[in-house]
Amino acid sequence: MLQQILFAFTAIFFAIGGTILFFVGSNLLIDKVFGDNGQSNEKQYRRDKLREQIRPWIFIGPALLFLTVFLIYPVLKSLQLSFWDREGESFVGLANYIWAFNNTGFITSIINNLMWLFFVPTMATIFGLTIAYLTDRIWWGQFARTLIFLPMAISFVGASIIWKFVYDFRGPDADQIGLVNAVIMLFGGEPKALISIQFWNNFFLMVILIWIQTGFAMVILGAAIRGVPEDTLEASMMEGASQTQIFFKIVVPQIWPTIVVVWTTITILVLKVFDIVYAMTNGQWGSQVLANLMYNEMFRNGNSGTASTVAVILMLAVMPIMIYNIRSARNSEQ
Amino acid sequence: MSLDARQSRTARFIKHSIIILLVTIWTLPTLGLLVSSVRDKDQLTSSGWWTALITNSQSEVFRLPVAADQIEVADGYEIRTQLFDQGAQNRVTSWGFRADDLTANAPDLEAQFNKNSTLLVAQDGTVVWHSSEKFTHKRGPRLFFGADYPPRFGLDNYREVLSSEGVGRAFINTLTVVLPATFVPILIAAFAAYALAWMDFKGRFFFLAMIIGLIVVPLQMSLIPVLKLFALIGSVLDVPSKSYVTVWLAHTGFGLPLAIYLLRNYMASLPKDIIESAYMDGATHFQIFVKMILPLSMPALASFAIFQFLWTWNDLLVAAVFLGQGEDKTVMTQQLIELLGSRGDNWEILTSGAFISIAIPVIVFLSMQKYFVRGLLAGSVKGG
Repeated sequence: MLQQILFAFTAIFFAIGGTILFFVGSNLLIDKVFGDNGQSNEKQYRRDKLREQIRPWIFIGPALLFLTVFLIYPVLKSLQLSFWDREGESFVGLANYIWAFNNTGFITSIINNLMWLFFVPTMATIFGLTIAYLTDRIWWGQFARTLIFLPMAISFVGASIIWKFVYDFRGPDADQIGLVNAVIMLFGGEPKALISIQFWNNFFLMVILIWIQTGFAMVILGAAIRGVPEDTLEASMMEGASQTQIFFKIVVPQIWPTIVVVWTTITILVLKVFDIVYAMTNGQWGSQVLANLMYNEMFRNGNSGTASTVAVILMLAVMPIMIYNIRSARNSEQ
Repeated sequence: MSLDARQSRTARFIKHSIIILLVTIWTLPTLGLLVSSVRDKDQLTSSGWWTALITNSQSEVFRLPVAADQIEVADGYEIRTQLFDQGAQNRVTSWGFRADDLTANAPDLEAQFNKNSTLLVAQDGTVVWHSSEKFTHKRGPRLFFGADYPPRFGLDNYREVLSSEGVGRAFINTLTVVLPATFVPILIAAFAAYALAWMDFKGRFFFLAMIIGLIVVPLQMSLIPVLKLFALIGSVLDVPSKSYVTVWLAHTGFGLPLAIYLLRNYMASLPKDIIESAYMDGATHFQIFVKMILPLSMPALASFAIFQFLWTWNDLLVAAVFLGQGEDKTVMTQQLIELLGSRGDNWEILTSGAFISIAIPVIVFLSMQKYFVRGLLAGSVKGG
């Protein structure tokens, strides 16, 4: 065990040492190669220029290498594999895509993903906005925000255990140890095995992600709310606007761009949601989602073709956001 | 404060009540986990954690020992036994010989069992069954009793989960994954970020756009191709295709787009004058980067370090795919998934195991919240 930790530290040492060595070494190298060797000014000027043309590639090179191996090449390769058979050995055309749209698991996943896509970003944004606005000017606001924010530090697996305990179910004769069923019984209802109720269980799983992501929405939107000019608020108060009016007619329009950003960021996260479904139901009882389906296709069924197809469809779903992000970055650069 | 002060008392009361309600809803699930993890495991499964501080009254059945356990005493024979575990503070409130006759006898008082034997149940659970004749029964009769169980807390669950359920080991494995995976990408990202922020080269914007695009690429796209690539490299070089090295590399690769993007935004916001004047004075980009930009970028580096730490610590997918399982490999999230499968009803194990796994990121998060928030703001608002 101690050996293993030592191994980790050695790895850090060598990896960081190696990286430093690469950057320092290659920079010194080009300084030396293109250094002043007593040539005419004009020649030296050209050499300097060449050197400064090479240097950016040293800076960005290792990162490009990693990005190529771990993201760019895989995207292209997955695209290719989605048209190939389960072993990735022969071309099968659109067979995997046809499989997908005739597969009940896939269709359930698409429907569920759409529900996740609608509810999680919306609810997290609404809760985040409400809490950010309400806690903005109260003395214990920071404390309240920290508590709401805390689930962001918790892993999806840890959160799943926390909520599985909340949803725990015992027979109607026993004392409930799950909070939800205890409340149901308190009001005279029948306790239910919540996780296995078809359709509604999706919402019980979504609650977990909303619980985690509200903190994120709250922090970003809180900063935006603080950016709303005080004068505007003061003026509207003078005019006799109510709190609700100020919130909906002044604050929300002012921070609308930020709301969009928060919404899209959570949307991307929702598309990739895997751990929660994997830990809570593993897609049983009609709760399958694309990311978990992809994992099952690959690591349970060993079919790289269908698994890649599901991944490509996930990728397609993210594309509009990707293009939007690149566009707005380009606009802000110019 | 001014806005708050101008609100009516009722409005303020409603506002504070809503916040208290929301904070309570958000906190209760985690609180339940924490409380449950230190409760006695029998109590944990028989009553809700919100009753943890209350003494529970329960009716129980106990089967008395067989004749073989008897001892000879001065005036006959005795069978002695104890209803509760040693050290338990439980108290018997009443007892009887039939289920519907639970309250027949008070503790510490003797009662006639049959014509030549008497039974005494003490408040502390000691049972003395005295007979003038030798006991001959093969199957012990049942004793019904009501008892108060005062709350019991302790770290037994933690002891169990750390030692016998492999969580202690998994903790070390997680640490082994996380430390290099957090620190290695930083330097690589910092150099790339500087180039994208301040150096002039062909395709600079193209690369920036590419990185912004790559931030949102689903991890699922990468799993199969990278796994195949590692398998190929593994077979050529005769090294295992799933190891700590592969998981470090994978985390580095997947963490880079966000890292570069965050750091670039930060570096681009540094004052242009100081960099340009240093460049005019003949300093190379390398010198400017190392001597000026890197020290100035410490807050952004810290932000990213926290992100990457939380992400790698909490990750399940990358570790499951690129590291695999085994005593010296399984990370904590994976171990918890296994426990969910094999010990799904043993809440004493699940709650304490989960708490161990969330304690570290929560501590890091709370102590460095400022940097985390700063990183979040830089990462999402600016980039849009």
